[in-house]
Amino acid sequence: MDKSTFEERKTIAGPMHSALRHDSAHKHVSGTADYIDDMPEPAGTLHGALGMTDRAHAEIVAMDLLEVIATAGVVCVLTAKDMPHSNDISPSHLDDEPVLADGLVQFHGQPAFAVIAESRDIARRAARKAKITYRDLPHFTDITDALENGAELVTKPLTLQRGDAEAELELSPRRLAGRMRIGGQEHFYLESHIALAIPGEDDEITVWSSTQHPSEVQHMVGHVLGVPSNAVTVQVRRMGGGFGGKETQGNQFAVLAAVAAKKLNRAVKFRPDRDEDMTATGKRHDFLVDYEVGFDDEGRIHAVKANYAARCGYSSDLSGPVTDRALFHADSSYFYPHVKLTSQPLKTHTVSNTAYRGFGGPQGMIGGERFVEEIAYALGKDPLDIRKLNFYGEKGSGRDLTPYHQQVQDNIIHRIVSELEASADYQARRKAIIDFNTTSRVIRKGIALTPVKFGISFTMTAFNQAGALVHVYQDGSIHLNHGGTEMGQGLYTKVAQVLADSFQVDIGHVKITATTTGKVPNTSATAASSGSDLNGMAAYDAARQIKERLVDFAAERWQTERENISFVPNHVKIGEELVPFPDFIRQAYFARIQLSAAGFYKTPKIHWDRNTGRGTPFYYFAYGAAVSEVSIDTLTGEYMVDRVDVLHDVGKSLNPAIDIGQVEGGFVQGMGWLTTEELWWDDKGRLRTHAPSTYKIPLASDRPKIFNVRLAEWAENAEMTIGRSKAVGEPPFMLPISVLEALSMAVASVADYRECPRLDTPATPERVLMAVERLRATKA
Amino acid sequence: MTKSAGSIRFILNDRDIALTSVSPTGTLLDFLRLERRLTGTKEGCAEGDCGACTVLVGRLAGDDLVYESVNACIRFTGSLNATHVVTVEHLAAKDGALHPVQQAMVDYHGSQCGFCTPGIVMSLYGLWLSKDNPGRAEIEKTLQGNLCRCTGYEPIVKAAEAVGTIRPDSVFDPLMKARQDITARLKAIRSNETISIGDEAARLIVPGSAAALADVLDSYPQATVVAGCTDVGLWITKQMRAINPVIFINGIEELQSIEETQEGIVIGAGVTYSAAFDLISACYPAFGRLLDRLGGEQVRNMGTIGGNVANGSPIGDSPPPLIALGASVTLRSKGGRRTIPLEDYFIEYGRQDRRPGEFVESVFVPSLPDGELFSVYKVSKRRDEDISALCGAFRIGLDGGNRVQSARIAFGGMAGTPKRATQVEAALIGQPWNEETIKTAQAAFEQDYQPLTDWRATATYRMLAAKNLLMRFFLETAGERAELVRFEETA
Repeated sequence: MDKSTFEERKTIAGPMHSALRHDSAHKHVSGTADYIDDMPEPAGTLHGALGMTDRAHAEIVAMDLLEVIATAGVVCVLTAKDMPHSNDISPSHLDDEPVLADGLVQFHGQPAFAVIAESRDIARRAARKAKITYRDLPHFTDITDALENGAELVTKPLTLQRGDAEAELELSPRRLAGRMRIGGQEHFYLESHIALAIPGEDDEITVWSSTQHPSEVQHMVGHVLGVPSNAVTVQVRRMGGGFGGKETQGNQFAVLAAVAAKKLNRAVKFRPDRDEDMTATGKRHDFLVDYEVGFDDEGRIHAVKANYAARCGYSSDLSGPVTDRALFHADSSYFYPHVKLTSQPLKTHTVSNTAYRGFGGPQGMIGGERFVEEIAYALGKDPLDIRKLNFYGEKGSGRDLTPYHQQVQDNIIHRIVSELEASADYQARRKAIIDFNTTSRVIRKGIALTPVKFGISFTMTAFNQAGALVHVYQDGSIHLNHGGTEMGQGLYTKVAQVLADSFQVDIGHVKITATTTGKVPNTSATAASSGSDLNGMAAYDAARQIKERLVDFAAERWQTERENISFVPNHVKIGEELVPFPDFIRQAYFARIQLSAAGFYKTPKIHWDRNTGRGTPFYYFAYGAAVSEVSIDTLTGEYMVDRVDVLHDVGKSLNPAIDIGQVEGGFVQGMGWLTTEELWWDDKGRLRTHAPSTYKIPLASDRPKIFNVRLAEWAENAEMTIGRSKAVGEPPFMLPISVLEALSMAVASVADYRECPRLDTPATPERVLMAVERLRATKA
Repeated sequence: MTKSAGSIRFILNDRDIALTSVSPTGTLLDFLRLERRLTGTKEGCAEGDCGACTVLVGRLAGDDLVYESVNACIRFTGSLNATHVVTVEHLAAKDGALHPVQQAMVDYHGSQCGFCTPGIVMSLYGLWLSKDNPGRAEIEKTLQGNLCRCTGYEPIVKAAEAVGTIRPDSVFDPLMKARQDITARLKAIRSNETISIGDEAARLIVPGSAAALADVLDSYPQATVVAGCTDVGLWITKQMRAINPVIFINGIEELQSIEETQEGIVIGAGVTYSAAFDLISACYPAFGRLLDRLGGEQVRNMGTIGGNVANGSPIGDSPPPLIALGASVTLRSKGGRRTIPLEDYFIEYGRQDRRPGEFVESVFVPSLPDGELFSVYKVSKRRDEDISALCGAFRIGLDGGNRVQSARIAFGGMAGTPKRATQVEAALIGQPWNEETIKTAQAAFEQDYQPLTDWRATATYRMLAAKNLLMRFFLETAGERAELVRFEETA
């Protein structure tokens, strides 16, 4: 290392707020970043495959596995009764999620056994040889069927209420009612689920799991094996994408690998094929929103009443908090003077739906945007005018209270929207588009500006805690570990920046290490966009503790006041003396200073009472807005996204390069959800879009043709977050609601914008064409 | 044909490989990851749709060495004889210095989770080797077969643009440096000898010539003929079907010619979509635009028009335009050849007129007579790299009075086979070429087709869109813009 350069450098490499590249970028591009399937396998590693059922709802009368077991290379077959202590992995602790179906099949593809064999290929082929006899039971897969069949709820519903919505709807000058279907979404992380379990001594086991929630995998493995948490170590260096799909859904594979590993005393790897992964793991919840809105001739909302019914699948999983978060975001950015929102988490005979980026929030918010769009078409106005009229007011305006009685204190939506409206030239472009549509017969255009306000914090208050473990070694190098997981979002990079900044050392001196339950215990899932807020602060706290001790040491050794000691780039400054950081650390070691610390953080201020529907569930809100312009072909319904402009609030960005990546990536992923990504079940309850050949996520050629993404550089978190930054994982996912609404406007053009097209999602070319036909028919 | 003879020989990065024992259905991806522990190449979907497994395969085209991106997950190892397989591990210099393509991806923040990244690097590397300063359309076309779920692609496209200005001759590049050496080594491997490996339970055969292929099929009429692996690959990775023996024809040079004659073009059964692109685009521009949307680049580099025809899929993209253009197919066996109109080859769903011992040798596409109008449109949920919900091809001849003199219309996705719309054709012939005629003829689609509802589209949509595609065709012949185009220039 070139020390002279270090001494001349005024700042460190990789401080907070710098556009540092992802810590693993050079390994990603050269194929040397190891995912679990890339790790060298312990000698004698066995491989698992799921044995899947082919009924949506049925009793298992008999399961003949003789041919499976007799297959050369098969070592054992596991069924529900082989789970040593419990066959349940319900993350909601409602005891409703078996590891393997035990006599009852509740969704098409639900695993009923697992094959462990000498190779993955043998295991997969053998799994198909089972002969299962069923007694069919009636099944319903979608929300309408569930409602018609009086389906039970998988978990307790929520009501959010303020004022008297019923009475005010009666009193409102105008009133409308409608229904919107919102489709689900497959995560399509590029790396499928995987777990590698390595048995240890006594009751010990180590599991490498592609999971966003190592602590939960630890608990589930312990629970199923019947061993305490201290016997189970769960590790993950990186995932090939998560998006919420690896919050609870990895449990099954980790548990099966662990059970087999302990039973056989050999390492066992479980990696489902893509189709099996998509069939057997949960997705984003579909919703059916029934709404009534009362408003006046100007477009001001008086009252909103809405029911959010959700396809939850056969078990509760995270459906409770997901449907809760949908309600928390049904207000989008708007003040509802009177409001009543209810959730209906329905049980269906489909795979149990789970966390997915936004966690119900996008579905809630898209409902809110639909209310506004309805009002605009009813009044013949630009939806943007209706939006502005109904935005939350400034703090203390009397229009700042959410349906859950939290005051919106950090509202910057007005500024975001007005800046974007100007920079994207919204008004002139809208006018030009309306002109274009009057002369273009087949091709029509649309444009829309939609806002985002997203609440940050786990609504389960206890989850808002995090730990970090930091060691400074004698040579001055630093070891960083925390409870957050890396799934591509750049969390490891950001937390390393926090640490480099705290110690004022170049980031190259900070070694990022794999997340493990053995170093930082009792972690929360890396979810709810909270990763850098929580873990960044925990790492900061660990650094603070070590620095306190170092300052004490220096004050004594150099006989000076504490305020004369500071951490400057790659040095410690003591009075006028500059001591290189490694030299300083070595001296501290010889003075027997503890150079390791466990940091901890818990989010302040938040509380939430679900029973009363009141509280402050969110520490703060993240804001943003997007303008999208699209073209549609009214003969086929095909469309193209011509241009998108985004202005997004990440507070004071910890890393603008990573944050812009999250905004762009979140946008395109959200656009896929609303456009081409369709989950399609047949009448047997089989999901038929279970691979990329049938399930279509956006390609490079689907991204906006012109894509202008900016961060609101003036923004700063009003709360004391790490570096005054804001969470970024989920909020941008909702920006492409503007794409849906732009498509809607293009459709509406065929009936002179007098009717809301009520596009359901995903707005596939087929749905767009059918909406065009519907509107043309009404007009005629 | 019962004894094992020869070995599958190829170059993997810088090493010579000779395999005397190969499973006929073993994939290149498993070979790389499980046998060679080259774990940079990832498995994302095992069906050729995500591109995480992208590698380059170099082959001799005549005496030229060309490198193309392929999906290692569905490419059988047995099909690699006399090729150069290049994986992501081969790009960086020995001292670890990144290749310019890799460095650009780092500099533009083109990776997040990183799992798709090696595949994207390889696709971009393939582009970088072959094109100076590619435009956005070319970059997007290159990336049609690569899914990224994290980035939204913007930084990847920017990286590709930036590195396009750095040319292979100006920097260290492992393939440029070794070009002559690799060419010589491949020439040394190349042979017209038939390779046969395995036993009766699992045999793979690589015939050295078309005549040898006919002989082999005579001995093994139940054999599965594999050209590009893009369909049969999935039989193995997804359906775990047992096929035996497997005959790989992608190395047979005679089947790889594509020629323009006075009457039209003759496409050998081994000609890939990529290899056919230039000539087809020149002769039938709309067909070229369709090929641009068929699969991803990797699939176009592997898959063949012959295979697309031979497998008889009702949703294959090339049969509708081929039928509309009046194409014929030549089948060959040890006993000789026969040529039939392509539309007669498709008997019903899952059944084609290919007799035991026969293979598709070539497809002949007649030239479009002067003044005839032709176009083809594909409608799918996602524009690129998707399977057609429906695909309609239209060819109309008008007389001097602007009346329809001849009409050939064929659709995929509307029936159990690619099928002509004879009633629609009848409704058009003799009528003036105007909107009234189109509106009348649209009703005839109901007589021609009873489409199905599935996850790609409902029957209602298919029928409505089919009718509307006829309107689009008319409007476009009348000079009205009726189709969305992402880029005005074609890649």
